[in-house]
Order: sequence, then structure tokens, then C-alpha cells
Amino acid sequence: MLDRTIAPESKAIDHINLIKPGHKVLANGCQVFWFNSGDQELVRIEWIFGNLRFNPAKPLLNLAVNSLLTEGTSKLNAAQIADQIDYYGAFLQADYGYDQSQLTLYSLNRHLGNTLPVIKSILTDSQFPEKEVETFIRNQQQKLQVSLQKNDMLARRAFNKALYGNTIYGLTSELKDFEQLQRADLLQHFENMYQPSNCTLVIAGKVDEATLNQITSAFEADWDNAAQAADTAQPELQPAAERFYFTEKPQALQSAIRMGVQMVNRSHPDFPALQVLNTVLGGYFGSRLMANIREDKGYTYGIGSGITSLRDAGAFFIATEVGADVCRSAVNEIEKEINLLKTEQISEEELSLVRNYMLGSLLGSLENVFSHADKFKNVYFSGLDLDYYNRYTEIVKTVTAEQLQQLANQYLHFDDFYKVIVGKYE
Amino acid sequence: MVKFNRFTLDNGLRVIVHEDHTTPMAVVNILYDVGARDENPEQTGFAHLFEHLMFGGSVNIPVYDEPLQRVGGENNAFTSNDITNYYITLPAVNLETAFWLESDRMLNLAFSEKSLEVQRNVVMEEFKQRYLNQPYGDVWLRLRPLVYKTHPYQWATIGKELSHIENAQIEDVKAFFKKHYNPQNAIMVVGGDVTPDQVKALCDKWFAPIPAGEKYNRNLPQEPEQREERRETVTAKVPLNDIYITFQVPGRMDEHYYAIDLISDILSRGQSARLHRALVKDTPVFSEIHAYLTGSLDTGMLVVEGKPLENISIEEAEAAVWQELQKLCAEQIPVDELTKVKNKTESTMVFAEMALLDKAMNLAYFELLGDADLFNRETENYLAVTAQQIQEQAKAIFRKDNSSTLIYLAEK
Repeated sequence: MLDRTIAPESKAIDHINLIKPGHKVLANGCQVFWFNSGDQELVRIEWIFGNLRFNPAKPLLNLAVNSLLTEGTSKLNAAQIADQIDYYGAFLQADYGYDQSQLTLYSLNRHLGNTLPVIKSILTDSQFPEKEVETFIRNQQQKLQVSLQKNDMLARRAFNKALYGNTIYGLTSELKDFEQLQRADLLQHFENMYQPSNCTLVIAGKVDEATLNQITSAFEADWDNAAQAADTAQPELQPAAERFYFTEKPQALQSAIRMGVQMVNRSHPDFPALQVLNTVLGGYFGSRLMANIREDKGYTYGIGSGITSLRDAGAFFIATEVGADVCRSAVNEIEKEINLLKTEQISEEELSLVRNYMLGSLLGSLENVFSHADKFKNVYFSGLDLDYYNRYTEIVKTVTAEQLQQLANQYLHFDDFYKVIVGKYE
Repeated sequence: MVKFNRFTLDNGLRVIVHEDHTTPMAVVNILYDVGARDENPEQTGFAHLFEHLMFGGSVNIPVYDEPLQRVGGENNAFTSNDITNYYITLPAVNLETAFWLESDRMLNLAFSEKSLEVQRNVVMEEFKQRYLNQPYGDVWLRLRPLVYKTHPYQWATIGKELSHIENAQIEDVKAFFKKHYNPQNAIMVVGGDVTPDQVKALCDKWFAPIPAGEKYNRNLPQEPEQREERRETVTAKVPLNDIYITFQVPGRMDEHYYAIDLISDILSRGQSARLHRALVKDTPVFSEIHAYLTGSLDTGMLVVEGKPLENISIEEAEAAVWQELQKLCAEQIPVDELTKVKNKTESTMVFAEMALLDKAMNLAYFELLGDADLFNRETENYLAVTAQQIQEQAKAIFRKDNSSTLIYLAEK
């Protein structure tokens, strides 16, 4: 007779196997990493560039130049770029990030001969046509107006501003910032940033010898560096003195809460253990914050915490949207949960669950060859190598409840948290 | 090409096994053939609320999530107007844990009052977060009743109103479970680093003993063809005006589905698509504009949604959309443009093969449509569409008397 009350036997995850990339440096200084695996005849190619030093007088240049990359070169206008990419069933996207910005191409191998020349034209010859800049400004301003009506977005903006000040990490674009975008500035920014010595090329998919050669030769020939190397250093962060920010929305049904503090990033030895601590608190569905504030109290649809790792900073944060009438109670419960991590050791039962969950989740995040490339990028841009994941799995398996309690006492001081509330504070 | 094995247990549970040994993971996807369309009009939002309750413990296992997380697994679920779909991803070595958990909650739930009370609150917060406390968040609460006068698609999965969720009672929950949650109404897909023999043995052990239950025979009032233009205008606290023009289209299994889906691609897929090209770039009328299908099993919707620029009147913006739609009716699309949307569909299918969970969900969904292998015939179905069929379908759909228009006016 089957006894359904007894869980089947299970195994712990011992280790994970990561694909190590091939690596070479092109004559023009472009770094190339490739991951060859998979049955499908397709590739994902990323051209990743370090953002330039933030200019407070022209705060949107990194964003605008990246967004406008697909809007025209001297040989291809925006419509021709879009036609060429779409016709060959490819996908091209431009993504702006805090530290790097990139172009990503998804293409079937057999169409690379038609899709790569488009990217080559973009990276060597973008023109930022006036008409496209105007369209960009107009549409971004409209989008921003919608974003500014969302409480969680307002909370995020206020939080980043408080934590990082007037820097690239704290950037909160305003409608007027878009108006000052000038084609000449965009062109100059483009030339300095999108040059081979500031580029990391990451290729994943079916990358056999011929494909690799096809890609690298396209971006080695006739792509030269500018006279000046890209200046990607960033000014010091400027955290605010004020810790509490409340924006009242009298009509709000829910209040957005965002709170947290600057913390170490991935390159610090404490980072993996802090990830364990974070997971216990708010990093998965069964976390303490979810169990208490969603599953026990029903105050919210979701609450979570996380650790942001950036090149020059790290941050711990908690974010949620809660019923406006229970906002103060939710904040109190968050405080209780933070303090509990400092005063009581995590039980071995809970800790072993979190260990297994984190290792399973790491294993599960390696869905295909693209995910292997993503794992690599995480460590590479933190100045680490793939050994990081060996250290990470080791620490997840062995960190003790005592060490986690110490870390909580060292890093988590509720009174020092920046706290942002948008909505009602009742 | 996604290969699979298929068998049916004596209790009616359909099982599909997809081997993918490139990953150390396994997925277990269970689709229950019940959605918001199966709800009582006085108790809307119930299928979705019920989805939440499926995580509140089952007859032999007091909590669902914890044992799964303990073996390195993750799970989630979603409810649509047509189906409710539950999925687990976990290390393949721990596959049996998923069978244990899923079979117990198919056998019977714990029906705890506490769980019901909490999940009512959670879902009400979800209602507020997604539908009420966002600009334009209530669009589906307004659009569905405009398009559907008879069919239960007239309400959104979250429900018509908060009170329907607030009033849900444990007896209702039990009855809903009995009616819909049994092996006959479910399709299970197991994929990843697994073998058919292993899955068969685990099915025999964990799922075969579950009683077949009652077969639910769906008999929903179908939506009559629309024969009058419909329109609703709301003034709301939104930053920009917004226009939704929607059309009734045939359901997912209709022979014309593929042509109609390509119409939405021609209009809106990628930066080269017609609406963006004509109305955002060439003659700026909108800041953004999209078109998409709901892909519903019964009569569906083709939606065109755009935010006009601030200096453009609603009338001008609407006229500009209609002009583009009428072009599709008046002229056959050029060969290159048809090739383009077909190429995009084809490459999307190749990329989709990279994602194990997506494959599993698709196999379950196509099995619900009648045959999991339909998933593998999708590409050829799209490739077979002709320019003439596209024009015919455009003419059939883009009629004023088949349109329902919802306008948001920004409160100044």
C-alpha cells in the first residue's frame, strides 16, 4: 500500500558543470568569448560596451545612444535595418544597463551572411538622424509619463536616487532631460564608446570553427579604434543623508514599499553567504517575508528581497506593493523579520531547505547554452572567473547558521535602511 | 521537431514524455482543462482563486512548496480564460518528488479555511495591484464585456469584481475541485533528463490509483457573430489617451487561425511591421502601437492598441488605424512581406526548442487541442498561408460592425 504521507528519497546537488568559453582578442582589441553547444542551428551574439563616464549635465547620453543604434547609418536607414533583420527571421535588440550597454542579435546560422553586415554598419557608422532623434524624444517622454503614474516605479526611482545620488546608478530621467539631446553629442558619445577596444563580444549557440571565423573576421576588418580610448570610469557615488521618503497618493489602493542599503557586490568574499541570508529572508517563494506578509497576513500579492551587484556598488533591497491600509503593519513586519535574522540562528531544517533550493535553482538556471554565457558574463564583468561558482556552491553547502547571524548583524541595520513609500502610510 | 511518447492511464490521465538529455533538469507540467470560461457568472475569478488554493496543502501533504524547494525544485502556475496550468522544474534525480506532490493534490486537497481566507486576501491584493492601481489596469475589465455579450469570455480571469472573490466559500471550493480536478480533465507532460519507462513506472505508482472522477462536459453559450459597431469612452486618471480597437476572430482551432495570426504579425511584429512603420515613424500619429491575438479556444479577439501623440485627436488617430487596416483588405500583401513574417515564425519555432519548459507547456496545450503533434506542424501551417487568404481574412475581420472600440481619455 502506497503511503502518500512519506516523501520519496531525494538527492542533494553536488556540483554543477559550466561550459568554459573559448577566448581570443582581435587585432583591434575586441575581446571575444564563445560557447559552442546545442543542437539548433542558431546563435546569439552580444556586443557589449562599457558605458562612458556619467555627465550630470547630459545625463541621458548612454541611454539615448544605445536606444538609437538601430535608427540609421549612412548606408541603411532605420526602415532598411528593420526590414533586413526581420526578413531573415532574426531578432535585434539594444539594451542599456547600469555598467554596460549592448546590442544582441539572435540569428539562424544560415542567415548570418545577411544579418552580420547590418550590425557591422551600425557599430561603425551610426548616424543618429535628426528625425529619428525627435521621434525617440517624443515617444520616450510619453512612456515616461506613464511610468511616473506607477507607484512601484516612483519608489524605485526615489530609492536609487537616495542610494547613489546624481550618478549613472541614481539616474532618474525627467521629461526635460530628453529635450536637451543633441545629435552632435550623440555622435561624439557613440564614437568614443562603441569602439573595439571597449567591446566584449559574447557568442553562444552553434559556434563551430567556420561560424566563429565568419563573425570574428567581420568585426576585425575595417573596425578601428577612435583616437581616444573610452573613459568608462565613474565618479564617486553620492548617497543621500535623508533616509525616509514618503510620496503621498491619496487615491492609492496599494502602497509601494522599497527599502534597503548599500552593500558589498559579487567581488567581495561575503557575497555568496549574503545571498544565502537574502534567500532565507526574501529570495524565494517560501521565504520568511513571503510566508509572513503574503501567506500568513495576506497583505500583498508578492514581496521579495534581493542583492544588486554592480561594477562599483552593491545594494540590498526589499520591495513590495501592499494594501494601503496595512502599509504601516507591513513595514513593522519587515522590521521584525530583519531583527529575527540578527537575534536568532536559522534552524538547520530551514537552512538545509534553502541550501538545496539555491543549488537546484542554480542548476535549473542553466537551461541552454545561452544561460551558460549569462553565468559567465555575471562573473566576468565583476572581475571574477568561473571559479566563482565553485566557491559559491561550496559556501551555499557549508555556511553555518552562526556565520549567517553574524553577517546579519554586520550588514543589516533596519534603522539605517533607506525607506521609500509611495501611496498611503497608514 | 519535438519528439515525444504518449500514453493514457486507465483513469483517463493523458501523459506525454519528452526526452531532452542535454539538461540535468526535469519539468512536470500539468494542464487542467478548466479556465475562467467555466465559471458561474455569479462566482467569477474562481478558477484563478482555486489555482492559489492548490498550493495550500493536499490530503496527505500539509504544505506543497516546502518539500519541493527542499529537493531543489521550483514551481508556479497560471490561469487563463481557457486553461489552468501548473509546472515544476527540478533536478531530474529528484523527479519522484514532483510525482508525489502533484498526484496528492490531484487526489484531494486539504481544504483549509485558513488557506482560503489568506488566499482570498492575496488575490484581492493581486486584483488591486494589477487591475486597479495601475494606469489602464482595468482595460480587460472593460474590454471583455464590450466584445462578448453571451460567452463567458466577458469576464477576466481575475473576476468581474472584488466581491466575487471576497464571497468565495469552502463548499464552493470543494465542488469546483470535484468537478474539474481529476485525471480525466488533465494532461501531464514530463520532460528533460527522463525516460519513458521511468515516467511510466512513476505514473503507475503515483497517478494510476487516483479515481477517474466525473467527466466534465463543457457546454458554453457561444458568442454570436457581431453585427454592430460598439464603443465605450472612459475618462480616467491616466497620463495619456489610449485607443483599443478590437475585432472578433474565429477560435484557435479554426482553419483560418494561421492567416489571422500572420495578419497580426504583418501589423505589429518587429520594427518593420506596418503599424509602427506607418504610424510611429513615417507619419507620427502614435507614440506606440501594437496588434495581437488573444488566441482563445472559442471566439477570440484581435486587438489593436495605441497611444496617440498629444497633439493628435482621437478621431485622427482612429482614422489612421483604419486606413492601415483597410489597406490589408484592399491590396494583397507583397510576396516579400509575406515571406518575412513566415521566416520570423519559422525562426521563432527553432528558438523555442531551446527552452524545455516552453516545449512541455506547448505539448500539453496542443494535446488539449487534440494532438500534441500539432505543435510540430505549426510551422508548415504558417508556411501554407497565401496572400489571398490574408486578404480574405482581413476583409472578413476588419469591418466597422465587427469592431469594439474602447477609448481612454486622460483626465486633465
